[in-house]
Amino acid sequence: MSEVKSSDWPLWEVFIRSKSGLHHKHVGSLHAADSDMAIENARDVYTRRSEGISIWVVESKHISASNSSESASLFEPADDKVYRHPTFYDIPKEVGHM
Amino acid sequence: MDIKEALFKYTLRLGDNSLILGHRLSEWCGHGPILEQDIALINVALDLIGQSRSYLAYAGEIEGKGRDEDAMAYLRVERDFYNVLLAEQPNGDFGRTIARQFFFDVFHFLLLEKLTSSTDEQIAAIAVKSLKEVTYHLRYSSEWIIRLGDGTEESHRRIQESIDELWMYTGEMFEMDEVDETLIGVGIATDLSALKPLWEEKVSEVLKEATLNQPESGWMQSGGRKGIHSEHLGFLLSELQYLQRTVPNAKW
Repeated sequence: MSEVKSSDWPLWEVFIRSKSGLHHKHVGSLHAADSDMAIENARDVYTRRSEGISIWVVESKHISASNSSESASLFEPADDKVYRHPTFYDIPKEVGHM
Repeated sequence: MDIKEALFKYTLRLGDNSLILGHRLSEWCGHGPILEQDIALINVALDLIGQSRSYLAYAGEIEGKGRDEDAMAYLRVERDFYNVLLAEQPNGDFGRTIARQFFFDVFHFLLLEKLTSSTDEQIAAIAVKSLKEVTYHLRYSSEWIIRLGDGTEESHRRIQESIDELWMYTGEMFEMDEVDETLIGVGIATDLSALKPLWEEKVSEVLKEATLNQPESGWMQSGGRKGIHSEHLGFLLSELQYLQRTVPNAKW
């Protein structure tokens, strides 16, 4: 196990759709040499217990993330704006689940 | 040879191939070259062991002496196992395991394709279920043959060595005897000689893509299907059967 450094293979993020109609959801990451191998590895690592019907993989380096040090300016302004949640309306029964 | 006797032996051969190769792969658990491949190999092992359970349980039914799948797996002696010699060969390095797997997967895939239309409903049903699993096994091992062959100088050299050394175990997969002939007559078994050219075609296609040399068909090892095994099977069985031999009927 020590001979192969996991850093030899890039890291991939894995997204699984659990059933038709649902969106792909991030489930974790893994190492693979290329996208074909990443999908196979994802199949073996993340769908062994029938978790999915579709797999997306993307190399981790292609993901841009927000900076946690900016979270105050990015997210806190929304905290006092509860009216953005549609909880002030009575939803007619016919509309069903929203 | 009557059909019942032939079917019993035929089913054991199918079950033993899966059991012994599955057990070999299970030896990789916790030792894979990388976590993802460790899990991949063990998934294949679990598929094969699952298949062997169906076959061995069925063999017990055919025999009608009250032996269940556990009795078949844990309490038979070496001479009563009928897997091909290829299945019992040691894992070696990762490439050796992949080469063994690839040779077997191509054969297994072609065989199961035929067995899905076996006139024996049980054999056909197991084949239908197994074929989906084995389609993936073949994809997995073929891709790795190509990656290793067309990889680095070292991976190329090592996988070529494994291909060359395991080659002499590939002929036995297509051997037929009275068991096969009896069952081919009633549409239960399939004619393996018809599969051989297809096997060679697929193997040669993958080896070519992997930039590997296909060995000359030379002298082939033989014996497993008749219960005459290489020295490796005894060691494998002593580990596989240890618990049931030491603590008979142990359950958890």
